[in-house]
Amino acid sequence: MRYTPHTEQDVAKALDVIGVDDVNALFADVPSELLDPVIDIPEGRDEVRLLQDLKALARQDDTTSPHFLGGGVRRHFIPTVTRHLAMQSEFVTSYTPYQPEVSQGMLQATFEYQTVMAELTGLPISNASMYDGATSVAEAALLAVRATKRNRIVVSRGVHPQSREVLATYVAPLDVRVDVLDLEDHVTPVPGDLSDVAAVIVQSPNHLGAIETLPPFGRAAREAGALFVTVSDPLALAVLTSPGEAGADIAVGDGQTLGVPQQFGGPHFGFMVVTEPLLRQLPGRLAGQTVDADGRRGFVLTLQAREQHIRRGKAKSNICSNHQLAAVMATINVAALGPQGLREMAEGTVRNAHALAERLEREGFDVLRGSAPIFAEFSLAVPRDPKTIRRELHAKGVRAGLPIPSEYGLGDAILLTATELTETHEVDALVSALKEVTS
Amino acid sequence: MTQTREDVPLIFERSQPGRRGVTPPVTEGAPLETLLGREHLRSEPPRLPEVSELDLVRHYTNLAHRQFSIDGNVYPLGSCTMKYNPKVHEEAASLFSDVHPEQDDGSVQGTLGLLWHLARDLSEITGMDQVTLQPAAGAHGELTGILMIRAFHEANGEGAQRRTVIVPDAAHGTNPATAGMVGYDVVEVPTGEDGEVDVGALRAALGPDTAAVMLTNPSTVGIFEGRILEIAEAAHAVGAQVYYDGANLNAIVGKARPGDMGFDVVHLNLHKTFTTPHGGGGPGTGPVGVKAHLAPFLPGPVIEREGERYVVQEDRPNSVGRMRSHHGNVGNLVRAYAYIRSLGPDGLADVAEKAVLNANYLRKRLEEQGFSMAYDRTCMHEFVAQPPGELRTLDLAKALLDEGMHPMTVYFPLVVKEAMMVEPTETEALETLDAYAEALGRVTRRAQQDAEWLAGAPYMTPVRRLDEVLAARTPILRWTPSEAVDAVQGEAAD
Repeated sequence: MRYTPHTEQDVAKALDVIGVDDVNALFADVPSELLDPVIDIPEGRDEVRLLQDLKALARQDDTTSPHFLGGGVRRHFIPTVTRHLAMQSEFVTSYTPYQPEVSQGMLQATFEYQTVMAELTGLPISNASMYDGATSVAEAALLAVRATKRNRIVVSRGVHPQSREVLATYVAPLDVRVDVLDLEDHVTPVPGDLSDVAAVIVQSPNHLGAIETLPPFGRAAREAGALFVTVSDPLALAVLTSPGEAGADIAVGDGQTLGVPQQFGGPHFGFMVVTEPLLRQLPGRLAGQTVDADGRRGFVLTLQAREQHIRRGKAKSNICSNHQLAAVMATINVAALGPQGLREMAEGTVRNAHALAERLEREGFDVLRGSAPIFAEFSLAVPRDPKTIRRELHAKGVRAGLPIPSEYGLGDAILLTATELTETHEVDALVSALKEVTS
Repeated sequence: MTQTREDVPLIFERSQPGRRGVTPPVTEGAPLETLLGREHLRSEPPRLPEVSELDLVRHYTNLAHRQFSIDGNVYPLGSCTMKYNPKVHEEAASLFSDVHPEQDDGSVQGTLGLLWHLARDLSEITGMDQVTLQPAAGAHGELTGILMIRAFHEANGEGAQRRTVIVPDAAHGTNPATAGMVGYDVVEVPTGEDGEVDVGALRAALGPDTAAVMLTNPSTVGIFEGRILEIAEAAHAVGAQVYYDGANLNAIVGKARPGDMGFDVVHLNLHKTFTTPHGGGGPGTGPVGVKAHLAPFLPGPVIEREGERYVVQEDRPNSVGRMRSHHGNVGNLVRAYAYIRSLGPDGLADVAEKAVLNANYLRKRLEEQGFSMAYDRTCMHEFVAQPPGELRTLDLAKALLDEGMHPMTVYFPLVVKEAMMVEPTETEALETLDAYAEALGRVTRRAQQDAEWLAGAPYMTPVRRLDEVLAARTPILRWTPSEAVDAVQGEAAD
C-alpha cells in the first residue's frame, strides 16, 4: 500500500520547483554511509492480504469464553452509540487544540469531561486526563511531594500492585521514600504518625475487591498536614462515597470502566482531580471557559505555565499529549447512560459479584472475604500455583484466575470478577471448570 | 471546511431530570444499602447529564462539526506529523479490542505474536537491538529512556558522578522536563546559524558529569545534523549516552536509522511517523528502542518467543521497573503494525522521500509568497519560516483560519523569532500545498494593507479570537449549575 498521492509528473514538477534533479539530492546532508540501509521487514501488502493476516492473528485470541478477569480492567457494557460518536473522524484525526477557534469540539468535550470527573469524584478540578491509572498514582505522589515539601509516601498494599510498581519507578531517581501499609482483614488500617508524610494513598475498592472506609484517612491526613490520595474505580463512584466526601485532596484512577474497551490493557485513560489549593501543582492539560471577541462562550487550553512546553526543565511533569480521545469516549458513555444507567451498571456489578461469591461458597469453595463489603471482585483460595490454575481454567474454556500476589499473605489464591454482563451460564461454566481443576 | 457557528450548549445544559438514553442490562437483587451498607454509599448522586440517545447523537455530532481535523483539510503542524490516518487501521484495531490483559498467555497468542513482531519490526526500522512497547506517549518514552540511561550509569558505579543532560536550545520542551523529572541538571547548547547544533559548544559541554545528550534528528528546525557521527563519538568518548528523540523520524524512516548514527536509546512517536490517530491530544504511544548494553534495564514485562509460542516474561532483575499498567497502548500498536506491514521497507522509504519532497516544495512556494526561511538551505520534512515585514505570526495564523486551513506550529522553536514551523507530510498532494501557499500569501498581502482586519481575525470560525488571559486569570474549569444561573441572570441584567 501507498498513501502518498504523487504521480511521476508530480515528482518531476516538485523537483523542478525545488531546483534539484533527484529526490536523493534532498538527502545530501545525511552522511552517505547511513543512507538506504537494508531493513529486514516483510514486503508491503494490499488491504485484502493485510486484513487476512490480522484476522488470522485475532482468531488466536479468546474473546468470547466466560470472563471473570478484572484487577483494574473489566468487561462492561459499552453502548454502540458511544463508540460510534467517539470515533467520529473529526475527533479521531485532530490534535492538541493549539488553535482553539477551530477546535471547539474537542475543547468543549474536554470541559464536559472535566465536569463529569469533578461530579464523580466530588472534587472541583480535573485535568484533561492522564495516561492510565498507574501513572496517575505516580504523578499524584510527585504532586504531593511538591505541594508539601515532604518526601515520604505511605501507600496501602490494597493499591494495585502495578500502580505501586510504577510509583516505585517514578520516585527511584528522587529522594523520596515509599512505605507500604499491610492490609488487615482485607482493608487498610489507618496509619498513626503522618507528620512527615507527603501523601497517604488508598485504593477503594482495593486490589482484593474490598470497599475501604475512607473518611478516617482524610481526617488523619488533614491533622498531619499530609495529602490524602484516593485511587478510585470511576464506575463505582456512581454509587460509592466520593473521594470529596471522604476528605481526599487528590482523586486518581483508571477510566477504563467508564466506557473504554479492554484492548489488552490500553489505551485507556487516567484521571486526576484535585482540590482548589492544588490547582497550580496539577500536571497535564486543562480546558477552561472564556469568551471570544464577540463575547460568546468558548473554550481554550489554560494555565499552561505549569507545562513542559513553557516551563521546560521546571515543569510540573513532562506530560505532553494525554489520552484525550479515551477520555472523551468515557464522557460520551457517561452521557449515554446517564446517572441512572451508571447506577444500574454499578448495582448489577455488585449484585452479580455477591451472587458469584455466595454460589462458590455454596459449592464448597474457599472464598476469601474480609468483613468489609466487596464491589466487583473477591479472592478465592486454590490448591496450586494460581498461574497454573489460570492456564487450566483456560483449557476448560473459562477466562478466570488472575493470580493474587504472595505479598497479600493469602496463600495460593485467585481474584474473581463479575460485572453487570456476567451471565448465569458463565457462572455455571466457571463452577464446573473450578471443580475439575481443583479436585 | 465549514464549521457550524451555532452555539452548542453543554451536554449538562441539555439535561432533563428523569430523561434516559441507553439502558444497560438490569440485574435484580437486594438494594445496595443491604449489600454494601449505607456508610459506603455516596450521599448525593453525581449531577450527570440526563439526555435521550438522539440528544446525545446530535450533541456530539455538532461538537465534531466544530472540530478541525486531518480528514477535513491540511493540518501542517510542524513537529506533529499530521499525516493521513488510514481507515483500515481502525478496522484492524477493532479486531483486538476485547482481549483482557490478564488472560492466560495461551489464550492471547494472536495479540502477543503481533506485539512481538511489531517490536522486532521497530528494532529493524530504527537499527536498535531491543524495543519496549510499554510507554504511553513520546514524553513517557523519554522518561523510560532517561531512566534506563540513569540505571546504566548506576550499574557502572557512575550514578553520582553523571548529573547533567545536554539538550539543544531548540529541543522540544519535553526533553528538559524529562531530564528534570529524573533529577538531572539540564545544560542547553546553542543552535548554529546553519540550523545544526553548535558542535563546538556541545563538545565544550561534554564531560565526566554528562549522563546523556538528547538530540532530535532532523532537528526541531528540520535540518539534518550532518555531524551526527562525530557528535555521538564525542559523547561516547566521555562515557555519555546519546538519546534520540524520535519526533522527527518521519523525515528519514526507511532511509536512515538512528541506531546506525550512534544513538543508544530511541523513542518513537507512533502517532507521528506510524500514523496512529492523534485523537485530539492522545492517546499517543512511545515505544523505546535500545542498544544491547541497555537491554537489561528495559521496563517489564517483555514478550518473548519460546519456540512457536509467545510468553509474557515478568522476571527482570535489572529493569528500571514498570512504566505503566499492562503492556502498552495495544489499540495503537495494532494500528502501527498494520501500517508497517502495509507499506513494507520500500513504502516506508517512500514516506520519507515524499515527506521531504513536499516540505521542500512548500518551502519554495512560501518563498514565492514573500516568506523568509530561518535557515536558507534544503530542509528535511519540515522548515521554519518567518513572516515578511513586521507582521506577527499569531495574527497570520488566525487569519489563515478563515481560509479553512490549519496554521503551522507557531512560536516554536523558541530560538527563532516569530517562528512558523511547517510540516506538510507526505500524504498531501501538490495542489493542496499550492493552495496552502496561496492562501497564506493572500492573507499576508491583505494583512500588510489592513491592520484592523488582521487584528480582528478570524471572522468565520465557530468562535472568534478567544480571551486566553481571562481564562487564566479567572479559571472556569468545569460547569456548575449555579454558574449557569448566574450567566442567565447576567444576560438579563444587560
